[in-house]
Amino acid sequence: MSTATTDAPAQPPAEPPDDGSGGGGGGGGEGSGRGAAFGAALWSRLRALANALLLPALALFTALVIGALVMIFTDPNTLNQWSSFFADPVGALKASWDLVSDAYGALFHYSLGTPEFFGRTLTEATPLALGGLSVALAFRAGLFNIGAAGQLVIGATCAGYVGFAFDLPAPIHLPLAVLAGFAGGAAWGSIAGVLKARTGAHEVITTIMLNYISYRVLDYALRSQRFRPPGRADLISRPVHDSARLPIIDVGDVRFHAGLFLAIAAAVAVWWLLERSTVGFRMRTVGANPFAARYAGMSVGAMYILAMVLAGGLAGLMGTVNITGRPSFTLTSGYYAFLGFDAIAVALLGRANPAGVLGAAFLFGVLRAGSTGMQANTDTPVDIIVVIQALIILFVAAPALVRQIYRIKAGRATGQSFTTNWGL
Amino acid sequence: MKVELRAITKRFPGVVACDGVDLSVESGEVHALLGENGAGKSTLMNILFGLYQPDEGEILLDGAPLTARSPADAIAAGVGMVHQHFMLVPVFTVAENVMLGIEPTGALGRIDRAEARRRVVDLSDRYGLAVNPDAVIEDLPVGVQQRVEILKALYRDARCLILDEPTAVLTPGEIEELMGIIRQLAAGGRAVIFISHKLREVLTVADEITVLRGGKVVGNTTPAEADEAGLASMMVGRDVQLVVDKDVADPGDTVLAASDLVVEDDRGNTVVDGVSLEVRAGEILAVAGVQGNGQTELVEAVCGLRRPEAGRVTLDGRDVTGLGPDHLFQVGLAHVPEDRQRDGLVGSFPVASNLVLNQLRNAPFSRRGRIDRRAVRRHATRLVEEFDVRTPSVDAAASTLSGGNQQKVIIAREFFHARRLLVLSQPTRGLDVGSIQYIHRQVVAKRDEGAAVLLNSSELDEVLALADRIAVIYRGRIVGVVDRADASRELIGLLMAGAVDEAAEVAPEAGEEDEAVTVT
Repeated sequence: MSTATTDAPAQPPAEPPDDGSGGGGGGGGEGSGRGAAFGAALWSRLRALANALLLPALALFTALVIGALVMIFTDPNTLNQWSSFFADPVGALKASWDLVSDAYGALFHYSLGTPEFFGRTLTEATPLALGGLSVALAFRAGLFNIGAAGQLVIGATCAGYVGFAFDLPAPIHLPLAVLAGFAGGAAWGSIAGVLKARTGAHEVITTIMLNYISYRVLDYALRSQRFRPPGRADLISRPVHDSARLPIIDVGDVRFHAGLFLAIAAAVAVWWLLERSTVGFRMRTVGANPFAARYAGMSVGAMYILAMVLAGGLAGLMGTVNITGRPSFTLTSGYYAFLGFDAIAVALLGRANPAGVLGAAFLFGVLRAGSTGMQANTDTPVDIIVVIQALIILFVAAPALVRQIYRIKAGRATGQSFTTNWGL
Repeated sequence: MKVELRAITKRFPGVVACDGVDLSVESGEVHALLGENGAGKSTLMNILFGLYQPDEGEILLDGAPLTARSPADAIAAGVGMVHQHFMLVPVFTVAENVMLGIEPTGALGRIDRAEARRRVVDLSDRYGLAVNPDAVIEDLPVGVQQRVEILKALYRDARCLILDEPTAVLTPGEIEELMGIIRQLAAGGRAVIFISHKLREVLTVADEITVLRGGKVVGNTTPAEADEAGLASMMVGRDVQLVVDKDVADPGDTVLAASDLVVEDDRGNTVVDGVSLEVRAGEILAVAGVQGNGQTELVEAVCGLRRPEAGRVTLDGRDVTGLGPDHLFQVGLAHVPEDRQRDGLVGSFPVASNLVLNQLRNAPFSRRGRIDRRAVRRHATRLVEEFDVRTPSVDAAASTLSGGNQQKVIIAREFFHARRLLVLSQPTRGLDVGSIQYIHRQVVAKRDEGAAVLLNSSELDEVLALADRIAVIYRGRIVGVVDRADASRELIGLLMAGAVDEAAEVAPEAGEEDEAVTVT
């Protein structure tokens, strides 16, 4: 319906610029007005930030509430209390409250409660951040990279192989493994990019298929003598040598591996590329309107390929920090491919924005790191965390639903229409 | 049916779209609602059609108050609306589209197609709306699709019919037919509200004219009492000049030369069939033609967006056939595309980014791949001022601007770097008088600076206002090239319709010099 008519000047006032150009540009050097202008610009940016955070925060809150209900209705003891609700209403409510507060208390204790647990959360968040950046970068170029899983597997395979097949001093060995991981993921990602650019094959289809192929590529490699540890018949690789493992950082009992720095550096690099460079501008133009990009003389196909190469490389790094940072340091069949799908969720929650991706990765790190402690100490199954993660994404993907629940006016809590434009 | 709107007020955040508007339409009357974009015409009609609720005021149908909460209420009360953008299912037939939503249903939920078809034929006979009920919508020209929309409203027994900018998408011939249909609807006792910003049409078809400006009624008149100039200044709120001031062209060297171009469309049909033309520095050559005669593909081939099957394109004597838009841009070509929202702008980007969309790679906007945001902003601020783009700031998303201002953003960008050749496709389609006037003046100024201008337009008024020479395209061939001095509305109209023989009769002194009319 064309309810939005061309005639009505009814558009809401333009939203504050989200590309950060409002900050420095406004001042220009007009002397006295400068401080006030800067203050106003800062204020408008803070408001924009609050607006951007509102929806994910509400999604998280709603998911936790529903998660709590699921816990209550799946716990036999609490259900018993509820069946005698009319005899003892306080007892039922108290039992429910105890159950939920114990579970969530444990969840947050075992992820944030002590320096040790906080370190584990950071370690869990690291690969998710890299994967989220991969999906986010591709999305900004108009591509839905479902293939982070496959790119992760190939990246981990390449990095892992370099890690255990060579004997090199650490200052060379580790960078070489990281480079191999990036290159492997980039090569795998480029296949979907080239297919899209040359033949128009939809990247959703090709990356899903490439995921399946990547698992078998890894299985095939794991059967070879080069990968297999002597005397083993199952699908497992030799462990990555110490010289190619990420160094452990220890800051006041917070222990995490150096992959975290790689993830943060990657986030800064992706942000700079997208917001400050001409190449990133072309990528975003292709993503936002490929027709206009073509008219402006940009090569749409080249941008698709480049975006998939970089996205693949980032997903490859996700596999790399996993194989060179996660204890056991061995490749197994289907190696952590599921992280590639969590990466899609992270990018979605982070609204395809590098800073948002870091935040979302941290949140998912909290949920992942805390869930095992929660299960061990409160008998709440880890699966509840999977449900909560899924609910968060569901609510982020259906912003209208959250707005309905909390009676928020449209246009405020929305960012880009990230969740409705998945390129299909 | 008598339709009365009393003191309708509708506010949107920051704007009063309608401010105490009164409007009264009798049955059998064609009432034109005239105003610039943003004057509140469509808002007012959307209120009548139930899409918006008024903040104040009331609607009376034959004296009875109407509270339409949705279009369904309005339709039930006998109000029908034909939107600017049609709402038809492209793969359904005419009859299926007309009955959509109120299908005559037989036993067990079976659709009674024969009955629907019979009623469609009956209605189209009664109102002279010639359509084949079994034709599939996507195969029909736009003008016929519009008749289907009108039929839809009549099928729902609309006694008051709102037509929102119905001529914006039509060819001159189709517009004339539509005018006939509107008269016939009124003669059949319907009340017709005709929204437009085209003065000529309003004066032709209306019984009453109401002019809106800034959400208020600024005048009521009839065609007998009004003329174009008076209506235009009423709409705009100041005196406007409808004719572009321009001197006779002083053409220089040939800038663009196309020879024997053959171009295919996306489906592989040859739609440009051996076209040759030349545009010289300091002249405006208009390619005039009814939409769909190959001019779109011709322009795309010239601008490097479509590879010609045969023929040559040269720019300043250099062969540029098959070069991409990036290369052509570097040698001085600028292009204002036909579909501005799709091809000309990135709606979600700020105005500043859109103003450098194809120039960001060059200094001073970037150095070694790094964007100089200060330079971009400075440039944007300058162009916004110079081209009078009405935008809250250069950071506002382009999609929040009105159509006229979006077009000004594109014009500003392209005119800024147009050095040799400026290609304009439908540069003022759907724009209001003020914007059209402004853009026309800019085009002439660019010509006077010595640029070669290729204008592709299906608006006869625009072609006659701007062109120094007119090349008429019909079915992929140039059927005549006419000097502006020798071109009459009648002659160009006949050539556009492919009536070459008749055109030769009205043409002045054809055949003497090739400057006059060359009929191939």
